[in-house]
Amino acid sequence: MGMTITEKILARAAGRDHVEPGDLVDARIDIIMCHDVTTPPAISMLKAKGLDRVFDPDTIVVTPDHFQPAKDIQSAELLKRLDTWAKEKGIRHYYPVGRAGVCHALLPEQGHIRPGEVIIGGDSHTCTYGAFAAFSTGIGSTDLAAAIATGTLWFKVPATMKFVLNGRLGKGVYSKDVILEAIRRIGTDGALYRAMEFVGPALKGMSMEARMTITNMAIEAGGKNGVIGFDEITRAYLDEHLRDKKNYTVFESDADAKFVSVETIDCSTLEPMVAMPHLPSNGKPIGECAGLAMDQAYIGSCTNGRIEDFRIAAGIIKGRQVKIRTIVVPATPTIWRQCIDEGLAQIFDAAGCVFSAPTCGACLGGFMGILAAGERCVSTTNRNFVGRMGSPKSEVYLASPATAAASAIEGTLTDPRKYL
Amino acid sequence: MAKAHVYKRDHINTDEIIPARYLNTDDGKILARHCMEDLDTQFLKKCREGDCIVAGDDFGCGSSREHAVWSLQGARVGAVIAQSFARIFYRNCINCGFYPIELPDAVNLIADGDQIDIDYQAGVIHNRTQNTTIHFKALPDFALEIVHDGGLLEHIQKTASK
Ligand code: SF4
Repeated sequence: MGMTITEKILARAAGRDHVEPGDLVDARIDIIMCHDVTTPPAISMLKAKGLDRVFDPDTIVVTPDHFQPAKDIQSAELLKRLDTWAKEKGIRHYYPVGRAGVCHALLPEQGHIRPGEVIIGGDSHTCTYGAFAAFSTGIGSTDLAAAIATGTLWFKVPATMKFVLNGRLGKGVYSKDVILEAIRRIGTDGALYRAMEFVGPALKGMSMEARMTITNMAIEAGGKNGVIGFDEITRAYLDEHLRDKKNYTVFESDADAKFVSVETIDCSTLEPMVAMPHLPSNGKPIGECAGLAMDQAYIGSCTNGRIEDFRIAAGIIKGRQVKIRTIVVPATPTIWRQCIDEGLAQIFDAAGCVFSAPTCGACLGGFMGILAAGERCVSTTNRNFVGRMGSPKSEVYLASPATAAASAIEGTLTDPRKYL
Repeated sequence: MAKAHVYKRDHINTDEIIPARYLNTDDGKILARHCMEDLDTQFLKKCREGDCIVAGDDFGCGSSREHAVWSLQGARVGAVIAQSFARIFYRNCINCGFYPIELPDAVNLIADGDQIDIDYQAGVIHNRTQNTTIHFKALPDFALEIVHDGGLLEHIQKTASK
């Protein structure tokens, strides 16, 4: 019986020839992503338990992001604990404030993500890195602590669901719309304990940035990981971004690999989607929700805070004024600099947007754009739970950067296609 | 005996269990003060030590924040009984030595305010109010071992010293 990419990677990491869904494996971890919310508790636990060690400092990548630069005294304490530990343990891949960025945008960009590897992070959207034909999944602080100290973690091998993306995306329709449609179909627990593998011709038209938007949201369907096979687009990205350790292993799903389900999405007929409050699965085509008044637009995050996203948004906003509070947050310092060099920052500024330094900030209702009771925000982020971006009485509408930009101009949910 | 607080809802997420605005600390005592705040502002007033939460499917979905489990433990919630759990939350519970009880049809078998006893060893819930005996599937052995040891790190400590 053949294996899927996910099964093959986990088999390799466990030193086995073959695994099957349901098998429990001890996997060697290749990369551990650490940020300011979940890592400081992990560090404290290790200290308290007398396990204060790092199995291999070079597997660890540290970047504060959620509350950086520190938003208050408490978060300053978290950042300080993270900083002290990273220095004390000699973590080479440490991105302090100034170099720090939203983790899931920063790690691939800085060349820490390689195909065939096992990547974990104390963050649910760690599934993003699966876009590089890697196995990557989010865990909590205790798992993180265990992985830091021992270099391994147990996993139950997930069964894989296949998503075939047929056709080509139409104008004004993006990978964000594809993943919102996939989650609409299967629900927020439709992929519980499962791997979500995306295949199909529509991927050929998507950059790595666009693909990461898809795998980023696998967790919003309950998935353990999202994964996309390796191709020329992956190779080109890696050639540009990988620094050291340029070798990697490419795994493909076998022709006779077993998939628990197959879902086909015709990308050609897809419309821009908006996920209504308060679940990412509440997706509606823009035609059914256009005109709804918004108070804020947010363009950023690990889902859609990459350079391509700002190019798309700036293309729509250019020469116009935004009608509502619009907050634009490049996910990493590199993207921030690109926005300035390419003149995008000036476009946002001239239109009346806030152009911020990289941070997670408002995406999780941390700071830099919190919503008041009764306010509505059209957001390029990944989660619209109650209270996610501020008051439990506020509402978040998930959409692509194009839809968010068009909505910012009109002050209501707006079909971006009329601005393209 | 514990009182059951039943939430007939699916997808109760970690933002409701502990809102992200409180994640600027990992102090269990502070987190406990905001446990379930965005779902039910009365929860902490109602919940006595050892009481249980009963909910529908996909409990604990969303963020990987273990803070959700810590806030429940800090608020002295005895157990969460859900029809199903989100993966990371489920794993976090085990890692924290907090037994997640998976029970299909939970919200129909247990009513709000019911008095229940849980026998983890036998995998049985005695619903004293309705006078029923409900069986649930016990955790797999290796997870049970972790829970018994008090959590994953305690388990690692123990196995390392063997
Ligand atoms: S941008 Fe938002 S979803 Fe992404 S890691 Fe930061 S808080 Fe989480």
